[in-house]
Amino acid sequence: MTIPYQCIWLIMLLPLAAFIANGLFLRPWVKKQSPAYGYVTIIAIAASAALAIWALLSVMRTEDHVIPVPDVSWAVIEGGVSIHLGIIMDQLSALMAVVVSVISLTVQIYSLGYMAHDEAGYYRYYTFMSLFTFAMLGLSLSDNLLFTFVFWELVGLCSYLLIGFWYHKKSAADAAKKAFIVTRIGDFGFLAGILILYLNTGTFDIARLHELAVTGVLTGTVLMWAAIGLFAGAIGKSAQFPLHVWLPDAMEGPTPVSALIHSATMVCAGVFLVARTMPLFVFSQPAITLVAVIGGFTAIFAATMGLTANDIKRVLAYSTISQIGYMMLGLGSVGMTLAGEITSGALHAGTEELLIITKGAVAIGMFHLFTHAFFKALLFMGAGSVSHATGTFDMRLMGGLRRAMPWTYATFLIGSLSLAGIWPLAGFWSKDEILAGAFRAQPVLFALALITVFLTAFYMFRAIFMTFHGAYRGGAHEAGHEHGHLHESPWIMVAPLVFLAVMAVIAGWWNLNGDFNRFFAHEAEAQGFVSFFTVFAHRVDGMPLAPVSLIVAILGIFSAYAVYIRRWVTAETLGKVFRPLYLLFVNKYYFDRLYEDIIVRQLLMRGLFRAFAWFDRNGVDGAVDAVAETVIEGGQTLRRIQTGQLQLYGLFIGIGVVIIAICVIFFG
Amino acid sequence: MTVGLEHYLVLAAVLFCIGLYGALTRRNAVVILMCIEIMLNAVNLTLIAFSRYVVPQLLTGQVFAIFVMVVAAAEVAVGVAIILAIYRGLTDIDVNNINLLKW
Repeated sequence: MTIPYQCIWLIMLLPLAAFIANGLFLRPWVKKQSPAYGYVTIIAIAASAALAIWALLSVMRTEDHVIPVPDVSWAVIEGGVSIHLGIIMDQLSALMAVVVSVISLTVQIYSLGYMAHDEAGYYRYYTFMSLFTFAMLGLSLSDNLLFTFVFWELVGLCSYLLIGFWYHKKSAADAAKKAFIVTRIGDFGFLAGILILYLNTGTFDIARLHELAVTGVLTGTVLMWAAIGLFAGAIGKSAQFPLHVWLPDAMEGPTPVSALIHSATMVCAGVFLVARTMPLFVFSQPAITLVAVIGGFTAIFAATMGLTANDIKRVLAYSTISQIGYMMLGLGSVGMTLAGEITSGALHAGTEELLIITKGAVAIGMFHLFTHAFFKALLFMGAGSVSHATGTFDMRLMGGLRRAMPWTYATFLIGSLSLAGIWPLAGFWSKDEILAGAFRAQPVLFALALITVFLTAFYMFRAIFMTFHGAYRGGAHEAGHEHGHLHESPWIMVAPLVFLAVMAVIAGWWNLNGDFNRFFAHEAEAQGFVSFFTVFAHRVDGMPLAPVSLIVAILGIFSAYAVYIRRWVTAETLGKVFRPLYLLFVNKYYFDRLYEDIIVRQLLMRGLFRAFAWFDRNGVDGAVDAVAETVIEGGQTLRRIQTGQLQLYGLFIGIGVVIIAICVIFFG
Repeated sequence: MTVGLEHYLVLAAVLFCIGLYGALTRRNAVVILMCIEIMLNAVNLTLIAFSRYVVPQLLTGQVFAIFVMVVAAAEVAVGVAIILAIYRGLTDIDVNNINLLKW
């Protein structure tokens, strides 16, 4: 049975209801620490997850993979703007809604255990989490750019609130501000892009913009700048180079928040935005090339920083940046190939067909988003489970946890294998698709991606070996954190881990025989869809990709084993030998220094802000003062004519009457 | 030569200007009140003249003139009372000296 459209609205409205109930109505009767807040959120999100899955199944069954949803007129100005609040229910939004609601559900359940001992209580936490889920679902489902932007800002706000959840910690408050401000820089581009599109087409509607791009109405410089503007928003939100600096710091928030917002869903919003507006990018070659280049570069750039981080959550944060770079690379490289075919005239297709092909070009990137959401949420929640036992995120204080925490260890291992791209786990299938896409588009990007495979495997297994193997190094030393014996986390935290571990294994199997790609592009394009075992025999343009990427990944794992378990070469020796590189990685390529010290302190605070202050004092204040002084002076002068002489007033009245009479006679 | 509308209007205008000149130049408050009376009567004259020559079948102008006279009588009563009150306070009705309300 196809889902009725009312239920599609409910997907996003149920978490909103939970937010309102938690935030406004429950508080007077229920104390802050009560798990009732959690139950409300979990029930609402479970219902919306069920509806989202129903919607996805319905979309898969319908002929053209779109379910029409009547929209609501929101603001209509006669003869001018008319804005509709509407839902688009196609492959992309259905998939995104399922990812968001399912991951959110597991995270909310996990949080019941993780946040149990927090003095801030469940109240604020679950209220914000409900609001976030609502906003993220709204972002996924919105059918016009204006509301996409509204929800985009709303998830940014929730991210800010949740990073700064422990706002009494200065580092958390600072990180929240940093995340908010840095993403705002990208959002400026996003808004500019929306406005460029609106001024040139008069519409915010995404489907309409697709048509305009495909039919060639929207072309050239306008399209390029609009697409680059949208991509700037994506760079900020998805923490791509050069706006990647906020995400590692965002790990100050509670770990389930990192799992939900800063790995699986919100930071993928940038990828989603590019995917949503893919036809605009495909018809602008510079823009799509930029997407591929930024994605490919960020993938390797972030992975290198992940090599030296000692905080397990930061390792995962760099990994997230790197994997999102992969997704961008996936979108960009397929789009580049397609753009090349269109400009060279190799692709002959009608408008309808072209629309489907360009929209279908997102399949590879979205597939990685889909699989990544599961294993990365799993890894973050595994890291949370580890810190639950040890009281720290510093891997140097951990070690040997695999005996004490067998469930966490097993699920974390599965997540890491999946992330590293080991056959037949989810990450292998999606990563292979991206490598193939990059290989077809541009050999340099392929080389970057392949090196990243090695680095990914290395840093993930470095994390595993430092955390779970060897001898226990004592956990947190701070007072009040007495963790005498290590223990496995409670079942309510382990159960979501197990569920996600299962998904991290099987999620990739969706694309066996190209089913996933066919779902997006209607008909599988000829290349590269293979079954479970024949994948290794398959060649992409004469290159046996799957065996190569698998060997590179295993090489990465083996290198980590050699360095951190066998210690044939110790990490210290490596650090000394490659000292310049090591310093570069540890200092995060000096980007924080560049931004904070040089750009903010020197350029902005010393230069620009002083100029602004001068202008404020002299220009703005001066204008205000001048107006006031003129009025006072004028008053002082004019008061002299009020002499108290009655007859003078009479004379003025008479003259006035004469002047009016003259005016009426000669000009009236 | 017959007397027409123009003659009445010219006479009224002359009377009005005389009244206005007196009201703006004489210093005695009582004389100013009298000058205002002249101005009002000049207006009355135009009202009646227009009524007589433009719409002879209606009496609007005449009725209006009576209203003006009634209001003028009331105004003189108030005006003289004010002048008396000022005289009691300042022992003077020279308007040049009644200039307390100024900057």
